Amino acid sequence: MARFPEYYTLWDRTGIYALRAVAGLVLFFLMAPILVIIPLSFNAEPFFTFTEGMLAFDSEAYSLRWYGSILENPNWLLAIRNSFIVGIAATILATTLGTLAAVGLANSAMPYRRLITALLLSPMIVPLIIIAAGMFFFYTRFNLVGTHLGLIIAHAALGVPFVIVTVTATLAGFDRSLYNAGIGLGASPMRAFRDIVLPIIRPGVISGGLFAFVTSFDEVVLVLFLAGPDQRTIPRQMFSGLREQINPTILAVATLLVLVSGLLLVTRELLRRRSDRLRGV
Amino acid sequence: MSAASVNTTPTSAPVEPGEPARAAYLRFTDVKKSYDQQVLVVKGFSLDVAKGEFITLLGPSGSGKTTMLMMLAGFESVTSGEILVDSVPLTRTAPYHRNIGMVFQNYALFPHMTVAENLGYPLKIRNLARAEVERRVGEYLDLVKLGDFGERYPAQLSGGQRQRVALARALVFDPSIVLMDEPLGALDKKLREQMQVEITHLHRDLGFTVIYVTHDQSEALTMSDRVAVFNDGVVQQCAAPNDLYESPSNAFVADFIGENNMIEGEVASLGDGTAEVRLKAGAVVTARIGDVTEAGEPCIISIRPEKLFIREDAPGYENEIEARFSVRHYVGDFIRYYYHLADGTEITVKALNDAAAPKVTVGQDSHLVWHTSDCFAFKPL
Repeated sequence: MARFPEYYTLWDRTGIYALRAVAGLVLFFLMAPILVIIPLSFNAEPFFTFTEGMLAFDSEAYSLRWYGSILENPNWLLAIRNSFIVGIAATILATTLGTLAAVGLANSAMPYRRLITALLLSPMIVPLIIIAAGMFFFYTRFNLVGTHLGLIIAHAALGVPFVIVTVTATLAGFDRSLYNAGIGLGASPMRAFRDIVLPIIRPGVISGGLFAFVTSFDEVVLVLFLAGPDQRTIPRQMFSGLREQINPTILAVATLLVLVSGLLLVTRELLRRRSDRLRGV
Repeated sequence: MSAASVNTTPTSAPVEPGEPARAAYLRFTDVKKSYDQQVLVVKGFSLDVAKGEFITLLGPSGSGKTTMLMMLAGFESVTSGEILVDSVPLTRTAPYHRNIGMVFQNYALFPHMTVAENLGYPLKIRNLARAEVERRVGEYLDLVKLGDFGERYPAQLSGGQRQRVALARALVFDPSIVLMDEPLGALDKKLREQMQVEITHLHRDLGFTVIYVTHDQSEALTMSDRVAVFNDGVVQQCAAPNDLYESPSNAFVADFIGENNMIEGEVASLGDGTAEVRLKAGAVVTARIGDVTEAGEPCIISIRPEKLFIREDAPGYENEIEARFSVRHYVGDFIRYYYHLADGTEITVKALNDAAAPKVTVGQDSHLVWHTSDCFAFKPL
């Protein structure tokens, strides 16, 4: 326990403890539903609750059977494949477009910057269901409903705002004289961007890309509207799994998703530290 | 002095009769710059620079000197006027084809590249063979005494080392002109003086043309062939350091370069090269004509503190004035005496700290004497 300064009154101390308790509770409510899934996914019985054996830490009560059942079920395998195809393609598209947009919007000579920024960020704010409905009618005209391409474009549109936000934040700390130095040393604007700007803002680009990937990876509303049976993704499969096949396979998938998200977050943090070190912070 | 001709003010363009018309290497003709199409930041800059010359643009901040560099480098557009390099308008060349080296105030080293990669970058762009790149990078690292630092990242270097890398990077690709924007501003005094010497050596050995921007006058005076004193977007005077110090062309330059006593008065009469000036404090003195033009106009005379002498009997000095002693500052190698004239104007006298250093007591009246050749009459600022 940290020592309090001597001038703290009893009330000050009580306040501090109360604050800590509330903060702890908030953290608990955020994390508990996620953490409880992990042990449950190793349940030997087809239940969604802790069995007596599990509570007694009986090794018989735990098993990997639900992880095995993912691999046996062609629906799950298709969903995993689709999730990665759509997620990666949408991420590449969103990262490229979002980075270019952020670089353009960072230029003070760009007219209507605020308006364009607001438009590009709107997918973050507009209710997803409205976007989904709009896209459904719009994509029908181009025969994009029920195709992988349609889903990729839709998910890229959702991912672009994240890339713009993170890249813009990185660009704010970018020293423009570095770009000028590159030009002065003989690099064309394109080359100076590739050799100097891009490597320096890379952490922002990658960070935005990870957000875009996660957005696509756990998105279900657009998939419900736009995807046919062939484009079923993991969240969509979980959604139907909850109602159709009541067994903890879904918990095993959820645990894997938590793992993937965790790895992405760690990657992001490592990249951030690396760039801080490079800049000599 | 190798310059062909110097045009210091936008209004007059003196062409020396009899001087052969020689094309300058770098020529600015009435260059103007405005960021908002209303206020001119640079109000007509004209200057001829010879190849290999070291020119310093000196002025207070906001005087337009950095803007001049930015226009040369191509990071800012030229509002009007012309910049010629070898008689070819510079503005027709893209910034990345100008072959101008630049040392930025914050060095602008690429943080994601090692020192060697920073130096090699301009060479790589010019498609030099890898062996040639390595050879040149090594050569220039040695030149700035950083031979063992090639593999370090800029963040791992001290300020002075970064400064050297920036300098080497600006020189490594044989630029035709090197621009330096207050390159020593972030260094401490000792390191700054050391770098001044090194830059002077490099300039002498390699013979590149330098346009150097600074607000530090001692830096400007020690390093440059010529110094252009900027104020308010206009070049006040462009001359060799000793001319600038010994014969300033107006009150701004006299006040800005070094220390000067400025005493208010009025022109009594104009003679051949000299003017009789009636000081507000009462005395009538003779001064060289700076930029005063007619009798009766208000003026100020400038005298350097080291050109004033405290003497009771003063044979051989043309001018003298009565002043009351107030404070003495002991500086070390010299002593600074503060006096007041009858009208309250403060006068500083600088004397070497030797056996002849005068002894005065507070409130004592002294005679201050000086030569006419050491003082100038200027229009007030």
